[in-house]
Amino acid sequence: QTYLFQYTFAVTPAHIKRLYKRFQALDKGNKGYLSPQDFGSVKELATNPIGDRIIGAFFSQGQETVDFHSFVRILAHFRPLDKNRAKRPDSPEPINSRISKLRFAFQLYDQDNDGKISRDELLQVLRTMLEMQVTEEQLESIADRTIQEADLDGDNAISFDEFRKSLEKVNIEHKMSSRFLH
Amino acid sequence: MDDSISCKCNWTSKYLVCLVIFLSGALWSSRDVLSNAAGATTKAPPVNSPAWTQVSPKPQTQPLPVFTINYPRIQVPFEITLWILLASFAKIGFNMYHKITIWIPESCLLISVGLVVGGIMYAVHGMPPAVLTSNVFFLYMLPPIVLDSSYFMPTRPFFENVGTVLWFAVVGTLWNSLGIGVSLYGVCQIEALGLKDINLQENLLFASIISAVDPVAVLAVFEDISINEQLYIVVFGECLFNDAVTVALYNILSFVATMPEVETVDVFLGMARFVVVGLGGLFFGFLFGFAAAFTTRFTAHVREIEPFFVFMFSYLAYLVAELFSLSSIMAIVTCALTMKYYVEENVAQRSCTTIRHVVKMLGTMSETLIFFFLGVATITTDHEWNWGYILFTLLFAFVWRALGVFVLTQIINPFRTIPFNFKDQFGLAYGGLRGAICFALVFLLPQNITCRNLFITATIVVILFTVFIQGISIRPLVECMKVRRTNRKLGTINVEIHKRLMEHTIAGIEDICGQWSHYYWKDKFKKFNDRVLRKILIRDNRAESSIVALYKKLELQNALELLGPAPSDLSAAPSLMDLQTKRNFPASDLRNMHELLSKNMYKIRQRTVEYTKKSALPNDSKVREILIRRHISIRHSFRVGSFPRTGVSKRHRFLSLPPRKNMESRSPPSRPSYTSENLLRAPIIFRHGTWIPVATLDLLILCSSIVLSAAELNNTIKQIIFRSRLFSTLFGFVRSASYTLPPGLASLDNAEGPGLEDKQSWKMTLHPCSGSRGTDLELEPLSATSSVSQLQRFSSRQERPLQNRYHQPERREHELGQQTSREPIAEGLWGQPQRDSWTAHRYSRSRDEHRPGGGNLPPSAPTGWAQEPLIQKGGGSQNHLNRRPHWRPHNPHGPQSPGQVD
Repeated sequence: QTYLFQYTFAVTPAHIKRLYKRFQALDKGNKGYLSPQDFGSVKELATNPIGDRIIGAFFSQGQETVDFHSFVRILAHFRPLDKNRAKRPDSPEPINSRISKLRFAFQLYDQDNDGKISRDELLQVLRTMLEMQVTEEQLESIADRTIQEADLDGDNAISFDEFRKSLEKVNIEHKMSSRFLH
Repeated sequence: MDDSISCKCNWTSKYLVCLVIFLSGALWSSRDVLSNAAGATTKAPPVNSPAWTQVSPKPQTQPLPVFTINYPRIQVPFEITLWILLASFAKIGFNMYHKITIWIPESCLLISVGLVVGGIMYAVHGMPPAVLTSNVFFLYMLPPIVLDSSYFMPTRPFFENVGTVLWFAVVGTLWNSLGIGVSLYGVCQIEALGLKDINLQENLLFASIISAVDPVAVLAVFEDISINEQLYIVVFGECLFNDAVTVALYNILSFVATMPEVETVDVFLGMARFVVVGLGGLFFGFLFGFAAAFTTRFTAHVREIEPFFVFMFSYLAYLVAELFSLSSIMAIVTCALTMKYYVEENVAQRSCTTIRHVVKMLGTMSETLIFFFLGVATITTDHEWNWGYILFTLLFAFVWRALGVFVLTQIINPFRTIPFNFKDQFGLAYGGLRGAICFALVFLLPQNITCRNLFITATIVVILFTVFIQGISIRPLVECMKVRRTNRKLGTINVEIHKRLMEHTIAGIEDICGQWSHYYWKDKFKKFNDRVLRKILIRDNRAESSIVALYKKLELQNALELLGPAPSDLSAAPSLMDLQTKRNFPASDLRNMHELLSKNMYKIRQRTVEYTKKSALPNDSKVREILIRRHISIRHSFRVGSFPRTGVSKRHRFLSLPPRKNMESRSPPSRPSYTSENLLRAPIIFRHGTWIPVATLDLLILCSSIVLSAAELNNTIKQIIFRSRLFSTLFGFVRSASYTLPPGLASLDNAEGPGLEDKQSWKMTLHPCSGSRGTDLELEPLSATSSVSQLQRFSSRQERPLQNRYHQPERREHELGQQTSREPIAEGLWGQPQRDSWTAHRYSRSRDEHRPGGGNLPPSAPTGWAQEPLIQKGGGSQNHLNRRPHWRPHNPHGPQSPGQVD
């Protein structure tokens, strides 16, 4: 199984060991899977404005549990990209590639999974991130502006392509990599 | 001299006193201090100094003098005070015009002023003040600086990079010392320079002096251009720890340098000593750090001396380490790092602030003085100039630093998560300025060193060269080379938002991974800390106490802040408000938006740069935000529970005004039934000092009168007006609201002390039916003792005429005393707590949506509304108020609402 992990998620056995420890620590009552409540017990996440969304990202549609396999798979997104790794032409896109990191971020916005960040979705995120100091109007003008900026096809929403283009200059590999998973 | 002795005997006197007395020692004793060891001076009994004896020989026969001048008596402290003032004024001067300090580091400017002053002194009376010529520097001047740096060390990044920091600090310094020393020795063998008489030991000693980096100026620059955190923390930590290394090395070498012959055994003994010195310092640091933490456990009833323990214990650590000739810098650094965490949880918020302020103040003062004196000393000391030696020193100092950084990074890089790239290495190497430590150490050199004066000159040249040339050029160079930064450049708004989202995501992911277990021992330590240390050292140790305690502290702080001066982050208000009106986005607005985003987004813990400003106190806005968030979430839950929100709000600026239709069609106001009146008059007394949640307002609306402490009042009153409108829609007889404030409330604003918010309480009464259609909010100060009886009196007052009689004089008084009372109130209550009013505003809006007919409101205010802005100090906040008419309190000079006429 370790081999499987290594192959698919490009994580090392040491990672897996460490993550498994953490998984067990989070798993209250040794169920063998994690529930949203388990994540909720992480204190720091409570103060994270998008904590709920991050937790939500671990659970695929309609599911209430996440097993260790999926847990690692999600976390593997945040592995720093290894430039030296020999690229095998036949290997699929690695899970920690720029594009999958971006997709992960995109899905944090796109809660209804329609492939677009609508104005409302953007507003929701903005509201949680800037809640207290800003009026609704300001929020809305920021959201409008954001969409205006990124929206290329004029559908008043940001598609994944547009999202990617707007972040072209950002060092995603660095931004979306956790040192922990190095 | 004896001043410093007495200070040593009585170590409990404060640092500031020590500083002053040190300087007295410095000014007094150019002659013999150097030869005196610290131990020798302590033995001498305190005797009258010449200055004191000069006072007495007045003949007894003279008549009683009517007017005398006794300058010698006060001379020493007087001159010291003047020196400090002069340096401080210089500092003020530089900061008046901000552009200077951007391009030229402050240390350069201070040295320049010092040079000028030194020149004047040299020209005037030829006898320079003996500054920094004694090891008193190490007893009184260095501790504040080190304490400052270590107390404000960003803990988390430091421990994440601790390996690299120590690697550079210890190995790097050794490398520099050895390299410079040996190569200078090589240079000395050149016949032409005529320096044959400097032997290897002396060269090494000199090299150890010269290898201490002190990049104050660089840190300021790095902070300013927000360089990447890793580089910053390594430079920061390196300069802190290599001071310790250098001093230890210096002590060993100065001993070795005086030895006639050095054997192999001595080399090993020296190494062993080096280790002992370091570890010993560490030990005493821990010891006194824990002692300080443990002591503050019991200071709950003596809050006023709490900050004292921090200073005394860290100073004690320093002195005791010095006593055993251990690394005192190491001791004080460890002490500060150890106790900070526990002490800050134990002490009161106010003490915590005091500690930070005093630490920062003393540190800054010492640093300022040192650079200032450096300038003075440059002019006034005897120099021995040798071109060859000095130029080679400069060259080697630079070359070995650069080499060292490159070689050491090559070794450490494989162990780092984010390796240093070439540009980082350049920043690290070029940031190796020399500073205060070199300066002090070189003056400490024993007189029997042959080339003492040459060493002094060479050191001063190196310091001046690095501080001026490198210090000034590092900003353009780093900017030009585009060294990695923590990016704060203006991108598109998309980038800004998405990046922040990503940061939150990573923070969340790391939380899920348990980021503190990054290092195994760190995890272990945390457990140990939770199980043992916290129980012993922290008074109030409960489960999750860190968070709960933080909240408690923050709540208190926040309550105090509501009374205090406006926090700085409100400066953003005017620009934010400008934003609202325009719907198409000109370029300037884009900037505003960026500002808005970058300023207001909730900052996550780890990814935000945790720089501690060298020049300013760190602000705790971040923690405050946590608190605010919590309050918001409380509000949120409240809102969700009792007034479920159905739709996204539409844009209505004046939603909280009742619809005109309602107003016009309203039947003449009828008095509410007696039963409801009784309900409304039921008093509720709140415990003083507790934060009144939003629910207070609802209680107020239900019960109509509450006793509040001033802080609670301040928070609550802002929300009361629009809530009363909700009330009006429920009962249908209130049209507008106003409040009257007793003149006494004016003092609320000025009060900072604990007295007001703790002892004074306020009775707050909502009069739903005073007048025909107005809601009056009545405030009356209650003394703590009589509050209950007063309240009963109030609650029994149910007759309207009585109420009105009660109202009239008060209002008149208010009008008369408006110059004194209204202005501060307006500012204190309405001007500053922006965030609360924002949320409150939104809150009111969301409520009003559920009112029948609340959706379509004319944007104009009804006649009863006071239209002119309140008297405000800042134009910005006035603007701010203008846009929120429903927020404005009733203005006594404005058009009276019908409610107040009768």
